[in-house]
Amino acid sequence: MSILVIAEHDNVNLVAATLHTVTAAQQIGGEIDLLIAGHSCEAATQVASQIMGINRVLVANDASLEGLLAENMANLVVTLAQDYTHVLCAATTFGKNFMPRAAALLDVSQISEISEVISADTFVRPVYAGNALAKIQSRDSIKLITVRITKFDAATAIGGSAPIETVSASPDSGLSRFIGLSSSKTERVELTSAAIVISGGRGMQNGENFQMLESVADKLGAAVGASRAAVDAGFVPNDYQVGQTGKVIAPDLYIAVGLSGAIQHLAGMKDSKTIVAINKDSEAPIFQVADYGLVADLFEAVPALDEALSD
Amino acid sequence: MKVLVGIKRVLDPQVKARVKADKSGIDLTNAKMTMNPFCENAVEEAIRLRESGAIEEVVALSIGAAKSEETLRNALALGADRAILVLTEEVLEPLALAKVIKAIVEKETPDLVLVGKQAIDDECNQTGQMLSALLDWPQATFASKLELVDGAAQVTREVDAGIEVINVNMPAVISADLRLNEPRYASLPNVMKAKRKPLDKIELADLGLDTANRLTTLEVMEPPARAAGMIVETVSELVDKLRNEAKVI
Repeated sequence: MSILVIAEHDNVNLVAATLHTVTAAQQIGGEIDLLIAGHSCEAATQVASQIMGINRVLVANDASLEGLLAENMANLVVTLAQDYTHVLCAATTFGKNFMPRAAALLDVSQISEISEVISADTFVRPVYAGNALAKIQSRDSIKLITVRITKFDAATAIGGSAPIETVSASPDSGLSRFIGLSSSKTERVELTSAAIVISGGRGMQNGENFQMLESVADKLGAAVGASRAAVDAGFVPNDYQVGQTGKVIAPDLYIAVGLSGAIQHLAGMKDSKTIVAINKDSEAPIFQVADYGLVADLFEAVPALDEALSD
Repeated sequence: MKVLVGIKRVLDPQVKARVKADKSGIDLTNAKMTMNPFCENAVEEAIRLRESGAIEEVVALSIGAAKSEETLRNALALGADRAILVLTEEVLEPLALAKVIKAIVEKETPDLVLVGKQAIDDECNQTGQMLSALLDWPQATFASKLELVDGAAQVTREVDAGIEVINVNMPAVISADLRLNEPRYASLPNVMKAKRKPLDKIELADLGLDTANRLTTLEVMEPPARAAGMIVETVSELVDKLRNEAKVI
């Protein structure tokens, strides 16, 4: 078996999702090559070559890959895929964008968001917002797979020394143009890789009140997230959203504040190791998945929590 | 200009999915079904484009069993001009769906195809991307804003890192995210009117496509249940539990 893992990176570093995807590839078994595609991505290539257990790092460094447009990414993956039995990428908005396009060009079905590897052709994936798990077997000769990263540990990032080889990018399709990316970057730890996450819902009432959560997050080294309702209401930007349609995360500790726990929110966080719910409505569905529930007014409980953590 | 909107009929998101006792799938017998929420956003956007004068016609398409007509009538009540139902009892994979939609696109020659970014049942998030690949059209997935300017579409996309803007040539396939718009409700007079709007039915077999599934579902299981939690009375008790019992802070 030979597996191509498509890395997600910001030109300098790998996104943590890449290491989790490598672990899924290791569970399938076989030689693993890692593809770094982008423009001015040399630094990320060096980082990638240090991952343990990688056979080769392939680099496609070309102006046509600026912005990683789906059309150009898919064409690149199609030219490389013929040499592999499996092509894997994290089920992030990056992977979800071009992987199905590449699959259709190869005339194969994609297996989306696997949560478990059973064998080289059989996988488990959550469906219906995580209310069921489907065991799927693929008959395609090349298997294109996206990986639910919370279900696989991170591979060891250092200690390896894989050779780096250059591959050519496909010519620009001319179909689309990258205009720009604006990110609500903070100094805080990233939501998908944080060990502790504190999220607010509609009960936060406005964006300013999220500062209460930021303060607690500072003390815990946590990331701050939000429910869809809080994002829709404009309290915080969309990249804070945890849920079926936002980010799927599984931190060691998830603190849900003033959020009811709609099915689509639970789909994004219910694999967290420990869940805390703070809500004044004791009937809120979030209490059904919480390990520790505190029925209280968040405007009293959160400042008290902040103070207790200062001791 | 014309927009084709793809629509899927799914289990109502408010209803909890129940796994069948024989583990063959989800029990949908007598279950409440509805239009996939992301498809509602796609329909709404198409109707707004027509209302703004940017396009002239909205054609709604669904692929599925005869009951999908109900979901298409809902799209007509919301404002679609006519509908096409490709009839099949099979549950098709996204690759097969994309092939069917491509066949309809070749007949209808729309300037834009709008779909939901994913169905909330199988959660594949593939069909739009696959369709654009088969058509050799550009794609813009997870759209939260769409503007048609000078024969191209400027699309704001919700991505993990923030907000991305791309510009795609038309024709294009665009997949809707939830913040693209707020879908309207159908008024009663429009529901009545929708009953008389044209709805063409095509048998899948008559399209002569290879729609065989490539994946086999071996079984569908219940996820492991979470152990029951406890209610704490005070913040200090909570902090104590997190420090000394769960040992997570």
